[in-house]
Formats: sequence, structure tokens, C-alpha cells
Amino acid sequence: MLIISTGNKAVAAAVKQAHPSVVAAYPITPQTEIIEQIANYVANKEIETEYIPVESEHSAMAACIGASVTGVRTFTATSSHGLLYMHEMLHWAAGARLPIVMANVNRALGPGWNTWAEHTDAFSQRDTGWLQVFVGTVQEAYDATLMAFRIAEDERVLLPVMVNLDGFSLSHIMQSLDTVELGDFIPPMKLPHAIDVNNPMGYGPMTGPADYFTFRWDIERSMRDARDVIRETEEEFARRFGRKYGPTEDYLCEDADVVVVSMGTLGKEAEVAVDILRKEGIKAGSMRLRWFRPFPDLDLKGKEVVVIDRDYSFGFGGVVAASIRAKTGVECYNVIAGLGGQEVTYDDIAGFVRDRKIGEEMWFGVSE
Amino acid sequence: MSEIPKEEYIKTCTAACAGCSSSLCLRYVLKAAGPDTVLVIPACCTSVIQGVYPNTSFNVPVYNIAFAAAAACASGMSKAFRSAGKKTNVIAYAGDGGTVDIGIQALSGAFERGTDFLYICYDNEAYGNTGMQRSGATPLGALTTTTPGGKGEFKKDLDRIVAAHNPPYMATACSSYPLDLYKKVKKALSIEGPKFIHILAPCPPGWRYESDRTIEMGKLAVKTGSWVLWEREYGKLTVSGPSKAAMKNPLPLEEYLKGQGRFKKATPEIIAKLQQALNKNLERIRKEEEGIC
Repeated sequence: MLIISTGNKAVAAAVKQAHPSVVAAYPITPQTEIIEQIANYVANKEIETEYIPVESEHSAMAACIGASVTGVRTFTATSSHGLLYMHEMLHWAAGARLPIVMANVNRALGPGWNTWAEHTDAFSQRDTGWLQVFVGTVQEAYDATLMAFRIAEDERVLLPVMVNLDGFSLSHIMQSLDTVELGDFIPPMKLPHAIDVNNPMGYGPMTGPADYFTFRWDIERSMRDARDVIRETEEEFARRFGRKYGPTEDYLCEDADVVVVSMGTLGKEAEVAVDILRKEGIKAGSMRLRWFRPFPDLDLKGKEVVVIDRDYSFGFGGVVAASIRAKTGVECYNVIAGLGGQEVTYDDIAGFVRDRKIGEEMWFGVSE
Repeated sequence: MSEIPKEEYIKTCTAACAGCSSSLCLRYVLKAAGPDTVLVIPACCTSVIQGVYPNTSFNVPVYNIAFAAAAACASGMSKAFRSAGKKTNVIAYAGDGGTVDIGIQALSGAFERGTDFLYICYDNEAYGNTGMQRSGATPLGALTTTTPGGKGEFKKDLDRIVAAHNPPYMATACSSYPLDLYKKVKKALSIEGPKFIHILAPCPPGWRYESDRTIEMGKLAVKTGSWVLWEREYGKLTVSGPSKAAMKNPLPLEEYLKGQGRFKKATPEIIAKLQQALNKNLERIRKEEEGIC
């Protein structure tokens, strides 16, 4: 069914169809609309979900953990400081191998207070053991949320998944949304280690170095297996519902001399920039990175690469550029742009490509 | 004691200290709760008592969670069990640090939301698990490794904080009175909604007394009126048997303090302050029981 929706409402619509047993959440701008919408579904009895209005994000994730380990589907949503406040619990969720799904509406971090888009919040959670996907459209916010439950709950994964969407520039904009008849796309959740009073176990007790090491390796092994599960899930989604997704969304990359790598909503701007550059005779392409964890294998050999980082690791560089250099060995022109919601248009991006200085870093809009 | 089941829920493999009263408390809590029970524990002595992976000393499921998160985790668990039609007892079993300090926000949230669970704070009046550092529950004058001159502040009044949430049932208990504890856990679990039991759990290494004196230490706490056993059902307070007698004619406070190394630096002024606070507390409990307040 074709409707008009914000990014936030698209996430809520997907959650409604995935039908979690428990949603525990705390409101924060610009995520609020997601949980307001879910609260409405619950109040109107459109879904049979226990909605736990917790007193903090730390407790939101703790409550999801407590519910999930009984073997039921859980969901929460947050943003920015809320995500950082639950940081500790993100480790507990992944370490306990719980398939919790969370929407994170990407937002900058204070000070100063800033409610607009930036990816530093999600990247701060890079090493927690969560899968992370970044979406670029309202439709993708919906589709990725549906697929997140399926991927997280696959027995080869059993790790939590974070669906990232840009604050305001996606969470609050209206686009067309084609909802699907879900059918059996998301099977009932089966947690092999669900709490069973007839088979009592200690969950997460004191663990010595050797056993702890094994648990960490198990997470990494599942992260590696998750690549297959993601691919299979996205392929099945395409077969059933006609929309194709992959680890990246590539636009005119094959014959490109220069490729713009970006994430989130800037990826769509980059595609328009590519069209402009092609008319000027510059063979440009756009590669929007969708999956950040597990990090995909990227084929960028022989290309000039312009990486737009909507984040920064102080004293080091852009996180995406650093990841690409480390994983591919390809050098790039690292543009730091869009921090705290800074406007970045397709014209700006075309300019980055025209003025590229491979091997250098440039802060967009900052005068020396 | 014949009404207490013989079934044991704490087996071998426990890594508890000798004379650990918290293990004793847990033994009776689990006997009262029975096998259809899940324990949720934050960082605390119980994470030691349960033993080291792959062993566990408990034969009920024990869910370990981050220090601040026991009540919130139990909250999610309780909702999930109830929505699946399961009556499984969810018991958050947390030390005083995880309750009065770092965990109090989650505790307050879970009680405000009316979570159907039992929260038990076993109170050894310091961070026992990590070697006795000061907590908000450490009494005035007590030595800990972070209050080497004796704590300068009074113990936080946890019970009045919890009471402000108006739970249907709350009680105090002490490891030296297991039958009283057993009955209170039984009663708590028969009531729907958030329940709270605050147990005084003397700690030999932390309080600096010989490990064979744990029972005696708890009895002295009650007999001097330092710790009062009571229960409050739907707002109505009743003083429990052992404290009824003690409140009429309490032993001198020094009887309780003198056997503990942690009070060896307590001056007469400190002891007088403790005595004054104790008297005030007993008076408040008397008045509440009589319905005067």
C-alpha cells in the first residue's frame, strides 16, 4: 500500500508489523515520533505489545535485555545522548547474544546542544557487537527495520541490530512509502538460550580469561556469518517485495574514475552530484555505505575516492575514511561535512569532487 | 522451622566468604520462592556467591546484569513473562550499593511503573564485593577502605524512599531470623505488583568480626534496635515478633558496636549521634504502628 510517511513513522509501521512482545523506550528528539506512534498503536490495541515507559535509556536497554532473554521479540528506539547513556547496556545485549532491534535517529552530541543529524552517536557504539545499518530514504527506513528483526533473530547471528536514520533530514521528512504484506517473512523468534526454569543456568556470570576469550570470538564469528545472513535476507526481500538492497548502494560506480563514498541521506545528494559531474565530463560515481558493522568488502581499486564523513574521531580523522583506508588500502580525499546538521547540497558535493586533493582532509565550511 | 522446605537451591561451587550471611539469606529466599523463579542480580556479592563460569551454585536461573540495571532488567523480564502467561517469580536480588546508590533510579522507575516483581536489597552496609568501600548505606562512624577515619554521614534511609512509592508490600528482615525472612518472602510473592524486602546482612570481613559470629551480630542489631523488623502491607505497618520485644527494652547500642572492628574509631560523640538517630527511628516506628503519624 502506497502512503506518505516520515522516516520515523515508517520505522514505527515496520515495528507494528514485526509485532514485538515488548517495547521499552524513553523519548528523545528527534526519535520521539517513533515511540509516540508505537504508544498509539498499543493504546488503540492495534498491536498486543507490552510498552514499558522506562525512566532512562539505560533502563530502556536493560528492560529489553530482561524481556529478550525470556525468548520474546523486543524493540527500542533512541538517539544521540540517549544512545550514549545506554552504551554500557549495548555491550550487555550483544554479549548476551540477544536479537534486540533498535532504531537510532542519528543526532549530534553536546555541547553545544544540537538536535540535527550526525553519525558520531552511532560510531561511538562501533565496538559493542551490534550490527549497524544506515538508511537513506523513508522507504529504506521501513524495509531495513523489517529486515533487522529477521537478521538479528537468525540463529547464525543472534546479535542486536541498530537501524540508523538521519535526524530530521530523514526522521521528519515526508516521502512516499510502499508498505508490504509481510506474510511469513519474519518467522517466530526462537532463542536457543532463553531462560528456562526447568533447565536453570547462570547467565553472564564471572568468567575467566580463557572462557571470556571464547565468548568474544563467538561474537566475531557471528558477525562474519551475519554477512551471509544479510545477503540472503536482502535477496529474499527483493524476491518477495521487489526492492533490492546490498552492503552498499552504488550509482554509476563501474566505469567511474572518481567515487564519492557517503552514508545516510547524503548518499542521495551524492547521486545528483554525480549526474551534474557526468554532464561536465567527469566520470563520477556514488557509493553509499549501508552496513557499517559488519563492515562490507569494498571494491575501490583503481578509483579516486572522495569520502564524506558526517562524524569525526578527534586527533585522528573521519571514521569512514579511516575504515576505507584500513580495509582497502586505497587513499582518499576526506571531506568532513554535515556535522550537527550542516547543510550539504549536491552542488557542494560536486564541488568536493572537482576540488579533490587525494591524501588530504578538508573541513567543509570551516575558514582557517 | 519445620514449615521451611528441605529443598536446597544453593548447591556446591559457591565462592562465598566464610560466615557469609547473604548466602544464608538467599538460601531462605529461594526456599520460599521455589523453583519457578528467576534471580536478576547486578554487580554484588551474589555474583561471587554464584561461582565462576562454567559452574553455578544455584539451581534457579540467575541473570547477571550491569550494576545500575537490576530493577530495569527485572522489569522487562516480568512484563515478558506475564505477557506470555507465565507466573514465574522475578526477584531482583541486589546489594546496598546497587540499590541505594547506582541502582536507585532503576529501582524507583520499576516501583513507579507498578512492576510485578520482588526487589530484595541485602544490606551489608558497604561495597562488600570489592573489599568494603563506603556506600550510601554505610552507617555513621563506620570504617571502610574509603572512609579510613570513619564515615562522616548517616546511612541513607532507603526504606522511606521506597515507602514513598507506596508499594503494596514492603518489609525488613535479617539473616539471623530466617523464619521471619522466609514468611515475608512467601507473603511478598503472593501479592501482585512491586514488593520490597530490605535485609540486614552482616559481613565478617567487612565489619571486621570473626566469621562464626554472623548470627550473633544480626541478633545484636535487632536486640539493640539498630535494625527493626517490620512489614508494611498496603500502608499498614506491623512490627515483627523479634523486634516487638527488642523495642520494649532494647540492649545498649554499644553491645552491637563493640564487637565490630569497623566501629573501633567511633568516638563517644559519634555513638551518641547513632543512639539519638536510633531512638528517633524507634519512636517513628512506634507512632506509625499506632497510627499516630
